[in-house]
Amino acid sequence: MSTAQQTSENRGPLAALGDAARTRLLEIRNGELGSLPIVIGIILLAIIFQSLNSNYLTPNNFVNLMVQGAAMTAIAMGIVFVLLIGEIDLSVGYVSGVAAVLMALLLRPDDNQWPTAVVLPLAILTGAAIGGLHGLLITKLNLPSFVVTLAGLLAWNGVVLLLISNNGSIIIQDAVVVSLTSSFLPPWLAWALLVACVVGYAAVQLTRRRNRLASRLSVEPSLLTWLRVAALAIAGAVTVAVANLSLGIPYVFVLLGAFFVLWTYVQNRTQFGTWVFAIGGSLEAARRAGINTDRVRIACFMISSSMAAVGGIILASRLRSVDTNVGGGSLLLYSIAAAVIGGTSLFGGRGSAKAAILGALVIAAIDNGLGLLGLGSGQKFVITGLVLLIAVTVDALSRRGHAEAGKH
Amino acid sequence: MPDETLLELHRVSKNFGAVQALYQVDLTVRAGEIVALVGDNGAGKSTLIKSVAGIHPISEGELRWLGRPVTVRSPKDASELGIEVVYQDLALADNLDVVENMFLGREMLTRSRQLDANSMERRALDTLDELAVTTITSVRRPVAALSGGQRQSVAVAKAVMWSARLVILDEPTAALGVAQTRHVLNLVTRLGEQGLGVLLVSHNLHDVFEVADRIVVLRLGQNVAEFDRRTATQAEVVHAITAGALARVPGQAGEADS
Ligand SMILES: Nc1ncnc2c1ncn2[C@@H]1O[C@H](COP(=O)(O)OP(=O)(O)O)[C@@H](O)[C@H]1O
Ligand SMILES: [Mg+2]
Repeated sequence: MSTAQQTSENRGPLAALGDAARTRLLEIRNGELGSLPIVIGIILLAIIFQSLNSNYLTPNNFVNLMVQGAAMTAIAMGIVFVLLIGEIDLSVGYVSGVAAVLMALLLRPDDNQWPTAVVLPLAILTGAAIGGLHGLLITKLNLPSFVVTLAGLLAWNGVVLLLISNNGSIIIQDAVVVSLTSSFLPPWLAWALLVACVVGYAAVQLTRRRNRLASRLSVEPSLLTWLRVAALAIAGAVTVAVANLSLGIPYVFVLLGAFFVLWTYVQNRTQFGTWVFAIGGSLEAARRAGINTDRVRIACFMISSSMAAVGGIILASRLRSVDTNVGGGSLLLYSIAAAVIGGTSLFGGRGSAKAAILGALVIAAIDNGLGLLGLGSGQKFVITGLVLLIAVTVDALSRRGHAEAGKH
Repeated sequence: MPDETLLELHRVSKNFGAVQALYQVDLTVRAGEIVALVGDNGAGKSTLIKSVAGIHPISEGELRWLGRPVTVRSPKDASELGIEVVYQDLALADNLDVVENMFLGREMLTRSRQLDANSMERRALDTLDELAVTTITSVRRPVAALSGGQRQSVAVAKAVMWSARLVILDEPTAALGVAQTRHVLNLVTRLGEQGLGVLLVSHNLHDVFEVADRIVVLRLGQNVAEFDRRTATQAEVVHAITAGALARVPGQAGEADS
């Protein structure tokens, strides 16, 4: 299998790379676009906004953008799991609100203030429990996720109001929570983390390559592996260098990075991950393969709600307070849009944590850029809506290309 | 070893509420034998397969595996016995690649409970090689990109890889072109040669006469005839399918219930 790649390696690294490029081109023609459209989109956005306002591509705004987009990114990473199984979760906005309010209440500096180390896991577990409830209703009673989570949207909004009741707005003073979005890595630590990430990535890639060769399996040209490592190193170095020109890398960025690694691992390297994709591809096939599909689906709703809770904590940290509006507004729609714009299919079976992050970056970039231009929510929503439409169109068209490639 | 009886159905009945899908059906499949199960639409072929596969339980009668009575409650029970079913559709997840599909639900894990992707890929490749499936050039592409015949090959290879002793194929060539049909029929013949039992459900008598050793005809959920391929003619089989004598005429209550 793909012995072409192995023989071309003997012809020299450039020929091997040429083969790899041709394979990739063929994939793109078949509709397997990967992250290509979105990366092009992000570059276009950067050029457009920079030409309209020279404050756009500045270190300060770059760091701002990371913090602004963080809550949405966390929520979108969770929603990906629900979209992967072909379901939807409309409740994530107010579930994040419930977690944020619960945390704020328990952390209020009064006589019975709880320790942060208990409150944060508790807020996330509350999210998990809510997701478990949604999942049980959806799988055991066979209710559509659209309806259950729509009910959740209403009900959890109500819970937010009930919890806040006459507190009006609760200020967050807890040092840990506040520093999540307002403290920054010292420059040396940011660089050290980056080096660790690049070395770790290279080690994983090389080990995988060695193991594949040991199992007599085809491998990609080694030049390609090194190019990917180099790309990560360069992108990371630019990010750290630019951020360090301003306040530095915010802690929340590291948190999101850790979640990215965790969920990517779960999606690609675990049995559970394979089952999630299988259910999204064909629920019936998964069932006949003996997979306990209900359990996997419930777990996906739990991941979605847990990540919503994480998003709520991040949001509360950034706003430094929670009020009756927490988790409302554009948060839900932006989070779903982020996952979809990043290349997660609404029809199930395709998506990744990377997609959520790239999509959130696009939305944060638009939101931030239009804000800099002094445009209001009206224009922001219209433009973000159009971008979402474009992304879904690309998805649909690429699926068509896919289907055609499958026919003979 | 040859002629060893794998599967026996003894007077198996199955009803869905008022619908009698199977009525006192007998069937035997031996090792190394290719048995074709034919019948018109609604004759009960799929129902019979699903009963053996543990998708739904039988209402009456007995299933025997290697001479011993067994109950098959789930697809897992069936595959533990050594029965693998290749369904007409619904068998593969389009978005997963060939390896992931072949191992779906039974993934190999490393000691740290990670997917053992390399071992799985190696075994999948070896199985495809064994069956001389050469048309699949990459086992790491989503099966959506494969043709109908290639998908059927993947499904069959999956069954073989799980060391099935009996492979059941439901209309394996229904959606295929000429060349792909050829390919799948060769594969079926090879399964028989390797000593596996094969139960082949098909509409297509041409295919059936090409590969089967024995032909069992169902009509309205009942056995109406059984032929040895070498002595039977297509006309005889067609007659049995459309007008074979029924032990019990549907709609008439309670007779022939010896
Ligand atoms: N799940 C079911 N519920 C009710 N009736 C069914 C079900 N499955 C099959 N039947 C009925 O059983 C009979 C046999 O169907 P089937 O086994 O699918 O036939 P075949 O595969 O030979 O075309 C048909 O009358 C069909 O309508
Ligand atoms: Mg049928």
